[in-house]
Amino acid sequence: MKKQRSHTPRIRSRTSRQAPPSPPVLRVSGLTFAYPGRSVLRGISLEAREGEAVAILGPNGSGKSTLLKIIATLALPADGSVFLDRWDVAQHPGEARAHLGVVFQSPALDDKLTVLENLHFHGLLYGLAQPLLGDRIKESLEVFRLWDRRHERVEKLSGGLQRRVELAKGILHKPRLLLLDEPSTGLDPAARLEFWYFLRRILRSAPMCAILTTHLTDEADRCDRVLIMDRGEALAMGSPGELKGKLGGDIVVLQSSDLQKLRRKVHRHFRLDGTLSNTELHLRVPGGAEVLPRLVRSFPELIESATLRKPSLEDVFLQRTGHRLHHESAEATRGDS
Amino acid sequence: MTAIRVLFQRELLRFVRQRSRMIAVIVSPMLFWIVIGSGLNRSFHYPGSSGAMTYLEYFYPGTLVLVVLFASIFSSISIIEDRRDGFLQSVLVAPISRAGIVLGKVAGITVLAALQGAVFLAAAPAVIDSTTAGSMVLTFVLLLVVAFGLSSLGFLIAWSMDSTQGFHAVMNLLLVPMWLLSGALFPVSGSSPWVAEVMRWNPLTYGVAATRRALYGLAPGAGADLPGFGTSFLVLSLFTIIVLTVAIRRVHKRTPSAPMQNEP
Repeated sequence: MKKQRSHTPRIRSRTSRQAPPSPPVLRVSGLTFAYPGRSVLRGISLEAREGEAVAILGPNGSGKSTLLKIIATLALPADGSVFLDRWDVAQHPGEARAHLGVVFQSPALDDKLTVLENLHFHGLLYGLAQPLLGDRIKESLEVFRLWDRRHERVEKLSGGLQRRVELAKGILHKPRLLLLDEPSTGLDPAARLEFWYFLRRILRSAPMCAILTTHLTDEADRCDRVLIMDRGEALAMGSPGELKGKLGGDIVVLQSSDLQKLRRKVHRHFRLDGTLSNTELHLRVPGGAEVLPRLVRSFPELIESATLRKPSLEDVFLQRTGHRLHHESAEATRGDS
Repeated sequence: MTAIRVLFQRELLRFVRQRSRMIAVIVSPMLFWIVIGSGLNRSFHYPGSSGAMTYLEYFYPGTLVLVVLFASIFSSISIIEDRRDGFLQSVLVAPISRAGIVLGKVAGITVLAALQGAVFLAAAPAVIDSTTAGSMVLTFVLLLVVAFGLSSLGFLIAWSMDSTQGFHAVMNLLLVPMWLLSGALFPVSGSSPWVAEVMRWNPLTYGVAATRRALYGLAPGAGADLPGFGTSFLVLSLFTIIVLTVAIRRVHKRTPSAPMQNEP
């Protein structure tokens, strides 16, 4: 049973003001949560619609794992609500669970069991019975090209294959929402590409959406929409194109042995405010191709290297927070897993 | 019900595929029994028993309970990691009753622990002269009950732990002393008064006493100072129900938020 639907969610999300959008599968509003002595979520809101992959982008300790835990019915917020279709996750965890698929960061497969046994047990837990269960398992394993490996024990599979089994398991019960916690952790580039191929495929073929957490901008770039989080706050939400477009202009990255001096001089002579990161000065300028040669000519003794590029999600993050995505302080990582 | 079945089956399948686990659980108590039992064999006098009971014979029921204790505990330890980085993660987000999760896991551990006890139970005819088929069956049933209680306790402790190190600490500070003061090693009569008092409050004392009585087919030869079979069974059951209820409540609870901080 395949419904006819748009295969280009990226475009649809941009035109959502004209066309009446389908009701969201997931509605998170005003979520707050704290661990003793530390707030980890401060009013997070989020929506996801059918066919969409939404990324929650943030460094370790930004609260994204906690957000996922609350959506996955494992934690209760201090305030705010989570609705999965019409089910309030706090009030009706049982119903919500039936429509949720979760792929955890660490493997949630039993490595002593075979691929088939893992899926069989999983299906039983979701109330699937034979012969439907057998059909679903076959269908799911064929989508992920695992049918031939079904009698192998999970411990004998490569990391990439195990991730595929996790995905096959996650969608076995045809959930409305698939939650993925740092899904490409530990995958090599080839396995990562493969993972995205399969994720897109299932999003196209079933009436569901996916939410994934990541600290990698290239992963967020592949999603339809991105929520940028830092220290428990939602800083920006939009498609990767929108977020980068809002930033505008080009990014000039300068390296120098004396970044402070360079920054002052650039400010004085070019009226440009730069953002300092560990070893670089980032300048956001309209018409970077014009500005770059002038900069290099003006401070030949200070500039060691100069790069020109279009804004990335990393730049969006830097502009919103004033620090880089992978700048992790000990305090920020505490208490989050 | 499905949850119980799935988790139970999974436990058995896992065990069949890692049989080496069994060796540690059975061999070390057996060594205990042979070494300590033989060492103290002649110097032992059990005032409660009829006739001359050797220490090897006295120590046998306690060792049986130790096998079950080790088996339950070692299986429970796996819950800590399984819940953080394993299969149990996905069980917790599945639409199944929380009681089913606890009961399925505990039932699996219980049956495996009792079966491992049964391997050691096979030596009973060589140790206790009055052993009959009936007394062995009764003892096996009792091992199931003891294993159920200990597995529930193991589950509850494991669920409250962040790390396996924490579990080892509890094992050394609580579970091993529980066994030492259960009448497994020495009888209540003849111990100093405070030790005897502790033993009377120790639920495992009743587990060992019931096992001891079952091994003698409920005949008086087991020892006059022991609590009766009925009493022991009742205490064991009560203990198990309480621990199980607490465990189910724990699993039912979702991580709550602490009060929000008022920050600038």
